[in-house]
Amino acid sequence: MAREIYQAIVDGILIGGVYALMAVGLTLIFGVLDIINIAQGIMVILGAYLSYELAARLHIDLFVGLLITVPAMFVIGVVIQWVFIRPLRGRERTSMTLLVTYAVALIIEGILYQTFGADDRQLSASYVISSVHLFGFYLPYIYLYGFALALALVAALYTLLYRTSFGRSVRATMQDETAARLVGIDTNRVAAITFGIGVAVTAAGGMVYGATNAFDPNSGYDLISRLLAIIILGGLGSIGGALAASIFMLTLESLVDIWQPTWAIVVFYAALVLVLLIKPTGFFGRQAVRAQ
Amino acid sequence: MSESPGAGLRGRSRLGGPDIVRIAFLVALLAVALAFPVLFPSPVATNYGVFTLVFVAVASAWNVFSGFSGYISLGHAVFFGSGAYALGIAARDWHVTGVATFGLLPLSAAVGALIAVPFGLIALRVRRHTFIVITIAVFFIFQLMAYNFSFTGGSTGVDAPFLPWPAATYNNPFYYISLGCAVGMIALAWLIRRSRFGLQLRAIRDDEDRARGLGVHAMRVKLTAFVISAAVTGLVGAVWFFYLTQVQPPSGFDPLFDLSVVLMAFLGGLGTVAGPVLGALIIEPGQLYLTVTFTNGYFSEILLGALFLVAVLLVPRGIIPTGGEYLRRLTTRGRSAIPAANPASQSAPASTGPRSDEGAMREGGASKGARRRAGKAL
Repeated sequence: MAREIYQAIVDGILIGGVYALMAVGLTLIFGVLDIINIAQGIMVILGAYLSYELAARLHIDLFVGLLITVPAMFVIGVVIQWVFIRPLRGRERTSMTLLVTYAVALIIEGILYQTFGADDRQLSASYVISSVHLFGFYLPYIYLYGFALALALVAALYTLLYRTSFGRSVRATMQDETAARLVGIDTNRVAAITFGIGVAVTAAGGMVYGATNAFDPNSGYDLISRLLAIIILGGLGSIGGALAASIFMLTLESLVDIWQPTWAIVVFYAALVLVLLIKPTGFFGRQAVRAQ
Repeated sequence: MSESPGAGLRGRSRLGGPDIVRIAFLVALLAVALAFPVLFPSPVATNYGVFTLVFVAVASAWNVFSGFSGYISLGHAVFFGSGAYALGIAARDWHVTGVATFGLLPLSAAVGALIAVPFGLIALRVRRHTFIVITIAVFFIFQLMAYNFSFTGGSTGVDAPFLPWPAATYNNPFYYISLGCAVGMIALAWLIRRSRFGLQLRAIRDDEDRARGLGVHAMRVKLTAFVISAAVTGLVGAVWFFYLTQVQPPSGFDPLFDLSVVLMAFLGGLGTVAGPVLGALIIEPGQLYLTVTFTNGYFSEILLGALFLVAVLLVPRGIIPTGGEYLRRLTTRGRSAIPAANPASQSAPASTGPRSDEGAMREGGASKGARRRAGKAL
C-alpha cells in the first residue's frame, strides 16, 4: 500500500510538471492580456498532432520536432492575437475575448476532425514505451524527459521575464497597462508576443501530453477545464502559482486514483471549489482586483 | 447598450406612436408563432420550431442572469441537463407514464432552482474570469456525476416515457409547450428589466462596489436572478428531453450548449430583452440546418465558430443595440441622439476602454436616479 502511495506521488509530480508547462502559458497570457484563452486546450492537442505528423511522415524525433512545432505555434498564436483579440475593447472585453477564443477553439477542433478524423492517436517513440527502475520506482523515460523539458522551459520563461528588457516590458504591462504605455512600451507588441509565447510553450506540453495520453480532437475540452482549475488555484497570472498548483493537483488526482479511479477527476474541481471558498484569490493570488 | 435603460424610461412615461407600432408588431409575431404548425404542418418544420423555441426560452433565461448582471455563466447546461434528468428519473422511479408525465415539469424547474442556490452561493462570491471558470468547473462535475452515478443510468442515460401519439402531429403539443415557455420567459425578462430588481442587477453589472455602496444587496439580487434563470432553464431542459425521449451525459451536459446560448445572446445584444430572442431565431435554425446538411458535423462546427468571429468583429455590441443606434441616427438625421460617449470612442480607439466604461457608469447612475424619482412620482 505504502509503495503504491509513493509511486502515485512520484507519478503525480512528474505529470504535474507537464501540466505546469501548459498552465504557465495560460496564466502568462492572462497576466499580460487580462484574458482567458479557452483555445489553450485545443492548442495543446494541435501541438500534439503537429508532433505526430512530423514523426509519422518525416520520421523526426519528438523532441527534435519541437524545434519546428514550437516556432510554428508561436506564429499561430501571434496571428490569432493580432487578428481576433487585439480589436476587442470596451466594457464587454472580458466576456468577448472568452467567447472569441472559444470560437477559435471550435474552428481548430473542427479542422482537426476534418483532417485527422475522430480516432484516438498516441505519439510513439522508443522512450515512450520503456521505463527505468530508479530508487525502487518504475519511471517511464518519457515522464522523466517531459519533466526535464518542463523544468527547462519554465526556467527559460523565468529568465526571459526577469532578466531581459523584453521581460521588464511584459512585467510592466502586467502591472499597469496604461502606465506601461505612458513610459513608451509598445503594449500591443508585448501582448502579441506574449500570446505567441504562451501558445508556443503549450505546444511543447502538447508533445509530452500526446506521448503519455491517447488524444483525439475532443480532448481539448477536458484539458482546458483542468488547466483553468490549475491557474485559478495557483492565482491568476502567477507563474510560480501555476507550477505549484499543477504539481499539487496532479499528485492529489493520482493519489485518489488508487482508491477511486472514476472519481479521481472530480477531485480537481472539488479542490478548486473548496480552495476558493476559503481564499477567493487562489494560493498565490496577486492583487485582489485582477484575481477577482 | 448603456443608453438603453434611459431610452426605456423615456418611452415608458407616455404611450406614443412608436409604442403602438411595437405592440402591433409583437401581436403579429405572436400570431405567426401560434399559426406556425397550421401553416407548416410537416414534422420537419415543427421540429425546427420546437428546437428554436427551446433555445429562445433558454437564451432569454440565461440573459436575465448573465446579460443583466454581467456575470457570464458558462454552466447553464448544469440546469438544463439536471432538469432533463429530473424528469426522466422521476418518471422512471414513480412509474409515471404517458401524458401525465407533463405534470412533472414543475419538478424540473424546482430541481434547477434548488441546484442554483448552493452553486450560486459558492460561485457568486467571485467575479469576472474566476466566476466563469467556476461555472465551467461545476459543469464538468455535473457531467461526471451523470456518467458515474447509478441512478442516472451511466453513459446510457435515461429514457422518457412513451407517448402514443401519431407521428404526423407528434411535434405540435411540444411546439405549443415550448412556445408557452418562450413567451412566458420573454414576458418575465421584460418585467424584470423594467423593475427595481432589474435595475439593481444592471447597477451590479456597471459597478458592483458602487451598487453596494448605494444600498443594493448584491448577493441577494444576484442569487435571485441566478435561481430564476436556473428554474426556467431546468424546466425547458425537461421539455427538450421529453421531446427527444432520451438524455445521455454528453447531450444533457453539453459544452456546446453553453456556447450556443451565449452566442445567441451576444449576437442579438447582451442585456436587451429582444436580443437573445433574435439571436436564437437566427442561430438555432441555422445550426440545425448545417447539422442536417453536413452530416459529419465538423464542418458545421467550423462554420459556427467562423460565424461567431465575424459577428464579434463586425457587430461587437450585438444586433439590437447596433441596429437601434443606426435607426436612432437615421431618425435624428445624422445628429447623434446621445452626444456623449459613443462618437468619441470611435475616433480615439486607444482611450476607448476606460472612457466608455466611465460613461456607462455615469449613465447607469443617472438612470438609477431617474428610476427612483419616477418611482416616487408614481
